[in-house]
Amino acid sequence: MISYVLIVIGAVLVNNFVLTRFLGICPFLGVSKKLGTALGMCGAVIFVMTAASAVTWALQHKILNPLGLGYMQTIAFILVIASFVQLVDIAMKKSAPKLHGALGIFLPLITTNCAVMGVAVLNVQLKYSFIKAVVFGFAASLGFALALIIFTGLREKIDRANPPRAFQGVAIALVTAGLLSLAFMGFATLVK
Amino acid sequence: MDINNILITSGAIGGVGLTCGTALALAAKFLAVKEDPRVEAMDEILPGANCGGCGFAGCADYAKAVVLDGAAINLCAPGGNEVLELIAEAMGQEASAEEKRVAVVMCAGDSEKAPRKHLYNGVADCTAAAAVAGGDKLCKYGCLGYGSCARVCPSGAIEFKNGVAIVHPDLCISCSACVRACPRNLIKMVPVSKTIHVVCSSKDKGPIVKKACQVGCIGCRMCLKLAGDAFEMEGFLALRNYDIPVENELIVEKCPGKCIVKCGASEAPSPEATEPTPSEPSTEPAEATTEGQT
Repeated sequence: MISYVLIVIGAVLVNNFVLTRFLGICPFLGVSKKLGTALGMCGAVIFVMTAASAVTWALQHKILNPLGLGYMQTIAFILVIASFVQLVDIAMKKSAPKLHGALGIFLPLITTNCAVMGVAVLNVQLKYSFIKAVVFGFAASLGFALALIIFTGLREKIDRANPPRAFQGVAIALVTAGLLSLAFMGFATLVK
Repeated sequence: MDINNILITSGAIGGVGLTCGTALALAAKFLAVKEDPRVEAMDEILPGANCGGCGFAGCADYAKAVVLDGAAINLCAPGGNEVLELIAEAMGQEASAEEKRVAVVMCAGDSEKAPRKHLYNGVADCTAAAAVAGGDKLCKYGCLGYGSCARVCPSGAIEFKNGVAIVHPDLCISCSACVRACPRNLIKMVPVSKTIHVVCSSKDKGPIVKKACQVGCIGCRMCLKLAGDAFEMEGFLALRNYDIPVENELIVEKCPGKCIVKCGASEAPSPEATEPTPSEPSTEPAEATTEGQT
């Protein structure tokens, strides 16, 4: 049980996907202008990363490993994640139109989110069991959500604070992201 | 390298790809959501500005509401009459045109006419400025001039002249974004053909208004006497009743508060227009505390 808690704390705080591993930077900078859209993106990422962990784990351990095709991992994962996201998009449109209305526009964006790919590859590298892989995927996406929400809050405030002209827009956003990342370094020794 | 390796690899990856592809194709077929082709056609007709002026989340949402839920067809302000006619044709309804409405800022107290009571040095945003000691303008109803409305305007129709917002009616697309943005609720949507406005929103009594602004409504009821039902009183503030035309335009000159202005249909209600007789010197000099930061 304690190992699951450690996985969660490790993925959310210590090795935060965005701020420590630098994965998923594109949506981190792209959809962090408004809290509403950021929350939508977080919901979609949590869902996709958790599910993608399960799917890619099965792919790795049931298809690639028995055939000795570990080196095709990247291509196979891209293939499966992209189709999986599309499939979820179609299925959600049919069965949960409300949810699709809220998350729909973010699902295609996630196809190109490297955090999803990162969690799939890390699951294999860290030799997690199926359940641990799913927990890790969920925790990693929570970490992504945490970083994105904090960053969005900061950006909304900074936009109002009227930074000097040279820093306005992306420049101050990158500076903020760097400081936020430094702040998360403070968690580095939390879990050994 | 063994040829078998290549075959196994291509077979496995190809197989995975094929499975995914088939799954997607099947899903697309069996889970397809039937979308009304009329919704798509309606989406094509609408301007796609997604301004939200119709009250729906965007053009696609409005298209859906018109076709499926029978929403009113005359809500798209940016599209104007052309779009209205196209929608009416598509829906087989009579086009009942609603006159275009444009935003008008109901305040003309610029930095010369309405003094500021303190120096505000914070975030250049009206909501933020209004939160600090009730705003830095002496008039607690007036335009703060920090541009919150101009920043949300999708068509750049709002200009700041001397620290007061002015909407250019010909650029206004009637989306009401500025109406929602103004922390003092100064902006109203009025029919574009109406040219006479009461550009004051102060509900205070006459003497207080006079102290705070040179172009404020002092509640003297002169407009009601001269133009009858075209104006109505709300407490100490005259309001224009846009349903009734102003017959006696003399009121523009006679208004003791100089807050009734007439402006052409394509002309913004500028503070200059508030003084039809510029030769008349202003009796109350503006107070010296007008170094507002806008």
